Parts: sequence; structure tokens; C-alpha cells
Amino acid sequence: MKKLRIEDLKRIKEKVRRTTILREGAGRAKVTVHMGTCGIAAGARKIMSTLIDEIEKQDVKDVLVTTSGCAGLCSREPMATVEVLGEAPVKYVDLTDEKMRRIFAEHVMGGHVVKEYALAVGSERISF
Amino acid sequence: MAYRTHLMVCAGTGCVANGSLGIKKALEKEVKRRGLEEEVLVVTTGCNGFCGQGPIMVVQPDGIFYERLKIEDVPNLVEEHLLKGRPVKKLMYVPPEEAKPIPKMMDIPFFGDQLLIALRHRGLIDPENIEEYIAQDGYSALAKVLSSMTPDEVIEEITASGLRGRGGGGFPTGMKWKSCRKAKGTPKYVICNADEGDPGAFMDRSIIEGDPHSVLEGMTIGAYAVGAEQGYLYVRMEYPLARKRFNIAVDQAREYGLLGRDIFGTGFNFDVEVCRGAGAFVCGESTALMASIEGKVGEPRAKYIHTVEHGLWNKPSCLNNVETWTNIPVIILQGAKWFASIGPGDVSRNPWGGSKGTKIFSLAGKVYNTGLIEVPMGITLRDVVFKVGGGVPNGKRFKAVQTGGPSGGFIPESLLDLSVDFDRLVEAGSMMGSGGMVVLDENNCMVNMAKYFVSFLVEESCGKCVPCREGLKRMEEILERITKGEGKEKDIEVLEEIGIILKDGALCGLGTSAANPVLSTIRYFRDEYEAHIREKKCPAGVCKELIKYEISEEKCTGCTLCARKCPADAISGELKQVHGIDTSKCIKCGICYEVCKFDAVVKK
Repeated sequence: MKKLRIEDLKRIKEKVRRTTILREGAGRAKVTVHMGTCGIAAGARKIMSTLIDEIEKQDVKDVLVTTSGCAGLCSREPMATVEVLGEAPVKYVDLTDEKMRRIFAEHVMGGHVVKEYALAVGSERISF
Repeated sequence: MAYRTHLMVCAGTGCVANGSLGIKKALEKEVKRRGLEEEVLVVTTGCNGFCGQGPIMVVQPDGIFYERLKIEDVPNLVEEHLLKGRPVKKLMYVPPEEAKPIPKMMDIPFFGDQLLIALRHRGLIDPENIEEYIAQDGYSALAKVLSSMTPDEVIEEITASGLRGRGGGGFPTGMKWKSCRKAKGTPKYVICNADEGDPGAFMDRSIIEGDPHSVLEGMTIGAYAVGAEQGYLYVRMEYPLARKRFNIAVDQAREYGLLGRDIFGTGFNFDVEVCRGAGAFVCGESTALMASIEGKVGEPRAKYIHTVEHGLWNKPSCLNNVETWTNIPVIILQGAKWFASIGPGDVSRNPWGGSKGTKIFSLAGKVYNTGLIEVPMGITLRDVVFKVGGGVPNGKRFKAVQTGGPSGGFIPESLLDLSVDFDRLVEAGSMMGSGGMVVLDENNCMVNMAKYFVSFLVEESCGKCVPCREGLKRMEEILERITKGEGKEKDIEVLEEIGIILKDGALCGLGTSAANPVLSTIRYFRDEYEAHIREKKCPAGVCKELIKYEISEEKCTGCTLCARKCPADAISGELKQVHGIDTSKCIKCGICYEVCKFDAVVKK
């Protein structure tokens, strides 16, 4: 290992933080892929891989990917919810690989909701 | 494939003792079995602080907190949370007396009320990987210092921050560094006191195990400021994991050129040696510690000759506690003004004028949330015990909180709104010390507690000076008599007199503060002493010779359970008849009290 110079600190920080920034739980946007039994049966795992692939390809550091259980509308699986910081969450339904890639490019990175694929905006009301 | 989830498994000593490394292996195996090894990363971190609930794991970026994990929980956890996205409720934290779990770590009051500065990397990084430290801006404070600040500017910054020693003395750090810099003599040394001897204190251990580089970086900056090129890390013998992590950190720092010659190519040299203690509490005292490093017997010496001028090998030495060193890089990066804005008082003209920054406490005793907490100076004791600590369990009444370990005193309920602050605690007859905080309830006997601390100090006294060697022993004898029901009139006055002698005459801090537990219990709980001496009674029901176990006639159902469990065969009675205890045979073990389902056994 070469002895570090001051400039090297920044380089190591950027390289490692790409991996560790996840731990701080903060990000510009969060994509939740729904992985209930219905989701998994409909192919949500492939949607998840596609999403992670896009993130890696474009070297994105501030988008979180997480999973959740069934969203309730099993007939429209695979589904994903995109939440951009400061905006209401958007639920996307009937997903395929290409749709996920387009949603990633246009909504997550570009900030425009892809209306043709979206089901609804907002969260469900919780009664308690 | 980029990782989408990190499983932060706690590997501080507490959780490791509870099997967290086995859980880590099980997680890695299960993640692999489910084909998730490219998406899910398992990381071991240092202590999270919530030690009563270990083994702990935090899932990021979800921020979900899991506690009390067992290896058998792993397959279900991986399937439900990582595959199906359903966090597992039964492994989450449930507040006492409530039913709903709190999934997110920052929503749990224990965590949410803390302010992490010294513990800033807690649960966040792998302590055995220097690059993860660098990724959190590690060593950039050192870079800033070596490239753009003079030693005097560094000392000015630390002085302006108001940082005071976190080992117990509360001495203004900037002042100490300035004196060391001015002192004549080479070579100069910087020393890290990681002896942490107070029973129940583990703040320093936690820092070293979880973030060793922060201490190294702090020391390197300190060395630059005072003009030293050699440092020593004195770690107590009882901390093998901390020593191991320190050694790994030192090796990695050397490899990366952050320790050794010509750091960052600036021409500054600094290296450290890791030393091991040998089991003596007194070696936490600075002059005894230095004697120990020199290979001599760990005995203190008179301090009218300051160690910053004549310390290790008679050379100027700057000794600071682990927690003090850890604060240094943050102060350099965030600025003295920021640090001085936290906590009460004003340090702009007088460095002793305030208590700035945060302090780590190891909260233990009769409180729901035991563990390690870091809170801003100025928080009230009430908030620490009842908000962060969660209050006293089992509906018992709070009695006192002991601060400062064997050198500290007891704070009663009437003073609970006292702010946690070096000077306020001293005024109340206690001290901050290294940060031990033990909460006591109505079932703790204050005389017994004083006796416990005095006995500890009798064992640990080095024996060099008469007040401590003889005085503590006499105190122990008196307290022993009192707890046995053999107390005499004037015992309290004699204890107070010995206390004054210790304060005035003892050679080192161990001796001068040794009387604090006794004097503060006399000050606030004199009635308990008098009950022991005059009425031969222990109001809290603790001192064995003074309590009697009796069976209540109204409540006893004659179930014979106590008679069967009694190890001394002291209980007699027929089935369905009221039972009786023969006090001449009773050994006061308390088993009958514990097993009776009808609350019929009373302690008098």
C-alpha cells in the first residue's frame, strides 16, 4: 500500500462511500419493490435486479432500494413505489423490465412521473 | 450488482459475548443460500450502546432495529425481511409496559434523545477497515492540521472549544496542551489513558472497539500541537478485544502512511506503541500509569511537579483520556464555536467556566434502558434517568443516582433537576468522573452501597500513603460493623473525620476522592445510617444481619412451597396450615421471599 497523500483521502472516501452511504439511511429518492408472494410470483425479483443494474450502470449513489410486502393490489403485480424526497409517493403497476428502466430514467433520475405506468399518487389512509 | 441492503451486526464485547459473531456467520450463510449475496452485505460494527438488548442488528437503509437475536431467528429474518420486505415484528424493540414494537432505530427514545459526537461512528463502520473510517471524513482533520494550521493555532482552537478532560478530572484540554508545548525537554510524549477502571464503566472500551482510528487521529493532532513524535496507548489488561482492534488499526494506519515518518509528505513524524496494563485500578491515575509504562510498580507520586513538564521518563508528557482524544478530530473539522455552543457556561474568557460538548455515560442499575448513552452537557439527571433511561422498572421508587464511580457520590431525588455539568455535580458532593451512572431504587441500601465502593478501593489502594492505606481500611471496618448491626454512636462522625483526612492528605486522586461515596450518603441519607446504628434496622431490607424473614398469618395458604425450597430447613408447617420460620436456622438467603406466590413472606 502506497503511503497516502492528502488528495488520496478524498479518492478513498468517494470510492468507499458509494457502498457505505446506504447505512446512513438518507437519499434523494427511494424505490420500494413490492415483494409479497404475489409480487414474487409475478416476477418482482427480476424487476429488482433490473433496478439495481441501472443504479450500478449509471453509478448512482443517492437512491435507496428497498423491499416491502404485498401492497394489496395483487392482480397488478409486479409493483413498485417511487418516493422522491419532498414529493408524494407514486405507485407503478404491471411492471416489466423495460418499464422499470424507463421509470428509473424519467422519474427517479429525471423527476417526471411516468403517467402511463402509474396507478396512483399518495399513500393509503391508515385508520389509527 | 450494487448492494441494496447492509446488515450492521453489532460486534462490541457485550454482543460478542452473547454470540453475535455466530449470528453474523449464520446471516452470511443464509443470505448466500437465498442467492442474495450480491445484494446484501453483512458488516460487523462496534458497540451500539443499547447493551441490555443485545445481540443487536440494524438493517440499513431501512433503519430497522433488531434486538435479542438468536441464531434460530436468522432463516426467518432473511426470508421475511430481505426477500419479502416484511420486517419481523417479534424481533423488534418493544418499550416496557407497552405492546407495540418500534421498528425504526431513531424512533426508539433511547437512541433518539442522544447526541453523538465521540460515538459518531457507532454502528456505522467496520472498525477493522481503515477505508471505512476515511469514507466518514476520517483523517481529514489531520490533513487540515498538517497542511494549514500551526501547532499554536491548533491549541487555540481546542482551547476555544472548551473541551475538558473526559477521564474524570475535567481539566481544560487546551490549557494542558499549551503547558506541554511550552515545557522544556525532548522528546515529548502523548499518552492515551485507556485504563478505564471504574466498575461498570465501558465508554472507552466501546470507542476503542468501534472506532479506534478516531483516537489515533486525535493523538496525532495532539502530538503535532505539543511537539511530540511518540505516543503510548495504555490499555487495561481486561480489554483484549479493544487491544486487538487498536493493534489492527495501528498496523493499517502505518500501512497507509498515516503513522510513522513523513505523514502525508509534510515532514511530520509520529508513531505509537500499544501497552498493556496488569490489572490495577490505580494505574488509571496518570503518574501511576506512567510508572507502569516505564516498567516500575504502579504507584502515583505527588503532583506539584506537573507531568506536562516532567512525566514519562521525566520528559514533558501530555496524557488524555480516550474520549477526550476522540473529540479532537470533530472539533478541528466542525470548529470550536460549534462545540462551544453545546452545553452550559461560558468558556470564552475562562476555560473552567463551562461544560461543553457531550459526555458518554454508562447507564446501569435499576433502569429499563441500560447501556451506553451520549448526551449533551446540561441535560438534567431527571431526563437521563427517566427519558433516555426509560425510568425505574417494576413500579419501584427512584432513590438515588450514583455518578463518577468509586470517586463519585450519590444524588438523591430532590436534586434530580441538576444539570449534568462538571461543576454542578461537584457542588452536590459528587463528580462527573469517567461517566459511570448507576440508578438505585427503594430496595438499595445506601450504607451497603458506600461499603461496596470503599471495599473496592481498599483492594485497589496502592498502599504508598498512610491516609489512603490506613484510612480506607478503618472506614471499611466501621461500615462493616454498621451493616452487621454493631454500629456505635459517633461512628458517623469518625467516618466524616477520616473523610477530611483523606481529602487533605492522600497522595493521589484515588485517595482524595475515596471518601466521596461515604460522605455523600451521609449527607443525603443520614437517617439510613442512624437506623442501622440506633435501631439496628436496614430500611431497604438489604443488610442480612439486620433483616428478618417472617411469614404473614393472613396471607399464608400452607402450600408448603417455601418449606420445600428452604436450603436451611428453617421453615416448618403442615399442609394448609400457616407456616413459620425458625430465625435461629434462617440464613437470610431470601429464597422463600422469591418463591412465595401469595406475597406471604415479609422482610422486616
